[in-house]
Amino acid sequence: MNIFDIRKDGRDVIRRFDSNEITITGCLGERYIGCGMKKGVLHVKGTPGNALAAYLDGGTVYVDGNVQDAAADTMNAGLLAVNGSAGDALAYGMRGGRVYVLGDAGYRAGVHMKAYEDKKSILVIGGRAGSFLGEYLAGGIIIVLGLGYEDKRITGYFCGNGMYAGTIYLRTDKEPLNLSDKLIKRTVGDDERERIIRPIVTDFASRFSIPPERCLEGGFIAIEADKSKSYSQLYAAV
Amino acid sequence: MRRYRIRKDESCVSCLRCVRECSFGAITAGDDKSLVFHHEKCTDCQRCVSFCPAGAIYITEDENRFRRNAVFSEDDIKEIRLQAETGGVLLSSMGASGRNVPIYFDKMLLNASQVTNPSIDPLREPMETAVFLGQRPEGIERNQMGDIEDNLPPHLELKTPIMFSAMSYGAISLNVHKALASAAEKLGIYWNTGEGGLHESLYPYKEHTIVQVASGRFGVHETYLNTAAAIEIKIGQGAKPGIGGHLTGKKIIGDVSKTRMVPEGLDAISPAPHHDIYSIEDLAQLVMSIKEATHYEKPVIVKVAAVHNIAPIASGIARSGADIISIDGYRGGTGAAPKRIRDNVGIPIELAIASVDQRLREERIRDRVSVIVSGGIRNSSDAVKAIALGADAVSIGTAALCALGCHICASCHTGRCAWGLATQIPELTKRLDPEKGAELLVNLVNAWTREIKEIMGGMGINSIEALRGNRMALRGVDLNEKELEILGIRYAGE
Repeated sequence: MNIFDIRKDGRDVIRRFDSNEITITGCLGERYIGCGMKKGVLHVKGTPGNALAAYLDGGTVYVDGNVQDAAADTMNAGLLAVNGSAGDALAYGMRGGRVYVLGDAGYRAGVHMKAYEDKKSILVIGGRAGSFLGEYLAGGIIIVLGLGYEDKRITGYFCGNGMYAGTIYLRTDKEPLNLSDKLIKRTVGDDERERIIRPIVTDFASRFSIPPERCLEGGFIAIEADKSKSYSQLYAAV
Repeated sequence: MRRYRIRKDESCVSCLRCVRECSFGAITAGDDKSLVFHHEKCTDCQRCVSFCPAGAIYITEDENRFRRNAVFSEDDIKEIRLQAETGGVLLSSMGASGRNVPIYFDKMLLNASQVTNPSIDPLREPMETAVFLGQRPEGIERNQMGDIEDNLPPHLELKTPIMFSAMSYGAISLNVHKALASAAEKLGIYWNTGEGGLHESLYPYKEHTIVQVASGRFGVHETYLNTAAAIEIKIGQGAKPGIGGHLTGKKIIGDVSKTRMVPEGLDAISPAPHHDIYSIEDLAQLVMSIKEATHYEKPVIVKVAAVHNIAPIASGIARSGADIISIDGYRGGTGAAPKRIRDNVGIPIELAIASVDQRLREERIRDRVSVIVSGGIRNSSDAVKAIALGADAVSIGTAALCALGCHICASCHTGRCAWGLATQIPELTKRLDPEKGAELLVNLVNAWTREIKEIMGGMGINSIEALRGNRMALRGVDLNEKELEILGIRYAGE
């Protein structure tokens, strides 16, 4: 195992180090760690700064601690697993790969995530998410488990506003606050839960060594775009 | 809405060429192969007129006019009726059509040498039109031996100060992208992908490609960022400042879907803001994360629309670490924008250039960034005037499309462009041969470059860099004192 202290060794050394698996310790707000990484495994200890794993393109980044804003921004592939909470604008414009956050996520998580053919972005938030979760969602899956927030609201205001594809799954029976009339809320049936949610949540749970059954307790609701109210209807061509 | 009237005269040979050329269904063939005109569908794109072998077709404004009114024009009334019927936001395309917004380029005149300093003949003497875009080093550094160190940050080199504006694959066809890319390579300039991603067949043009990162992040991945000479973060565009984009699912077919990585038939929405940029600090973060992902080897451009506070905005961008600011003015074109936004939001590029250049100079950060401007550059003298006001280079979109056949019928948003430019319908896109298109674009830019040299020579200037911000080269006519003050120029005769 190759271990670096980011404060002593500096970011350039780490960037140039060609190894399949490295650990960096002592993070205290250093930005752009793992930016554009294509392969390998990066363990991050401490509190990395903004834009962690931005443009991540295939590698795996494990964070033992909290991450700040814009983590996994425009991520393309790979895995980011955060054993802690995330700041604002998590996984913005994400295009593929998986982002797992065991704790909570701030505002604007999963805005404009996408899916295309075999590239499907997946975001799982173990705790609760702030307002504007999944706005403009264009594809992919967001799951909010609300672990430790049973009987409380697990999303904020404007959940899924403007979304036009993809699905937001919430482990709760409470409808999100001020849900847009262009969205549909439905209860998730057993089949969908087993087929779609279980494999994702099982993988999520395994990364943090928690029992998957705990993440599947109780019912899920799904939020999706109402296809009958598309953007196209807004316009009249001159 | 019926706006034009189609007619033919007796020289028509009934070859039905016009029927085949019309993509809007305005001319069809009847059972007896006679022409049937559907005037209400005509967009006045001039395709049928251009291809009629007999010169027999005429498109004119419909002479049936609404009763004249001093306040409400016919268009006003028609638009009210359309909105009353549909309840829709009016959708339009191409540049603004504000009736009373002046084109300041037409109110500025250029200088020339007479007697006191000699003019230069560009056919006889060397004339430098190359420009370098990017940050300039703050000072000269020498190593211990006393030799000059190369401390030049990444930059773009243009053989002539003209480049092609961002137009996305989806808004325009792949053949147009091919023509632009190939022409940019031949000319030693750059073309810009717009926000719809970069088709793989165009990867070989990477040295002359600027890739765009917009709020939708369509087609943006690490390979895309590294298949470019520079990366542009698009915050706004002149035709629709402050609002996002919406590419209709109808245009997301085949390779457009693949390149944007949006499933076929699904709308592609670009949110109004980048939701990871709510401040200059956030912008700085995106600039730096892009530099990080591209190993600090490429300049980063930030494109904004010219709006009221453009000078402080530009100052903020200059301090964000961006290498180049691209400013798109009020008259900038678009493939689709709400009409009210297009016609009423933003300011003319001429005023924006002058105020930005002035502000950056006052703050002593003009050399930290280069400035590219666009939005209604129609010819080489507009380009020269823009540079004299303070721009480093200009970008052309509408003019480039005109070189490829566009007649500015402003029907891009219908997706049925008869000239095969703003469409994805295979029968229409094949109307543009990319090689021929590239040749047309090369000719246009070469011609403008020659004219720029002539104009510079006439002023006794032999390097385009000496023209940048050289406002003594300009004089105003028909302008008030405030306008002269903002433009930083004197009145003709002063």
